Amino acid sequence: MSKLTLKMEGDTHIIVTRRFTAPPEAVYRAHTDPKLIQKWLLGPEGWTMPVCISEARPGGKIRYEWKDKNGNGFHLTGEYLELEPGKRIVHVERMFLPEPTPDNRVETRFEADGRGTLMTLRMTLPDAQTCKAMLATGMESGMEASYARLETMI
Amino acid sequence: MAAARSAVLFVTSSASSMRNFALTIRYYLYKYVVMVSLDATFSALADPTRRAILDRLAQGEATVMELAEPFKMTQPAVSQHLRVLEDAGLVVRRVEGTKRPRRLAKAGLEVMDQWLAMLRKALDRNYDRLDGVLAAMEPRKTRKGEKR
Repeated sequence: MSKLTLKMEGDTHIIVTRRFTAPPEAVYRAHTDPKLIQKWLLGPEGWTMPVCISEARPGGKIRYEWKDKNGNGFHLTGEYLELEPGKRIVHVERMFLPEPTPDNRVETRFEADGRGTLMTLRMTLPDAQTCKAMLATGMESGMEASYARLETMI
Repeated sequence: MAAARSAVLFVTSSASSMRNFALTIRYYLYKYVVMVSLDATFSALADPTRRAILDRLAQGEATVMELAEPFKMTQPAVSQHLRVLEDAGLVVRRVEGTKRPRRLAKAGLEVMDQWLAMLRKALDRNYDRLDGVLAAMEPRKTRKGEKR
């Protein structure tokens, strides 16, 4: 069962929540320490993040570069706006697909929840063009999976 | 903070992994159809009156006359909005004598939901992996026999 919830806030924002068994300080650290980010922010199996820059201070740079085993890749850049260690991160990010998507302001909150953490993420719903670009790329693996299934059936 | 960036992490090599030509053709056809309809869907939803019409139709079928009333709009103006919604695949019509009652088309909304479904899947994968990273991060905090 998924521990993740995802809902719309009006028609402009998306609110995501997720619980972790680790305390807020640890979850916060996993979101800001480049060595840790590289271990989990990867998408599907087979992808790696050879470049990870995360300068966790207001105005600090963010840059992630992803690659798959065939050498395909894309990157994201951003800046940290506000940081409250162990509690809250506000940053702005844009993806290069390869054209840059509009800036997305993302707020991430970490709250103690028993002995674990309730993380709440608020992001802007991308515009139609961005959704299209994301869905188009996303569909490739969706279709890929469908075709893989199809092949086992033939 | 991982939402937007992980949403796109589904990118895989396309052509290289396509194993045969027929499937590739079918894939591009499918992708084209979905992208075009998605664009129309978002444009259709950008207008507050059209969203209100959809809200009304969510409660059940309605004729142009019934739709025009609460919006204090002329029937041609409502028809114009309905045409946009129909082109986007969000609304369908039925023939009943001289009436053409409209209702919500399930398929159009499903295209809209597709993007959110993709985001959810991407986040799920990343956060499941993060669970593992977090578990490895703080072995000191786990005492013998203590459940984390």
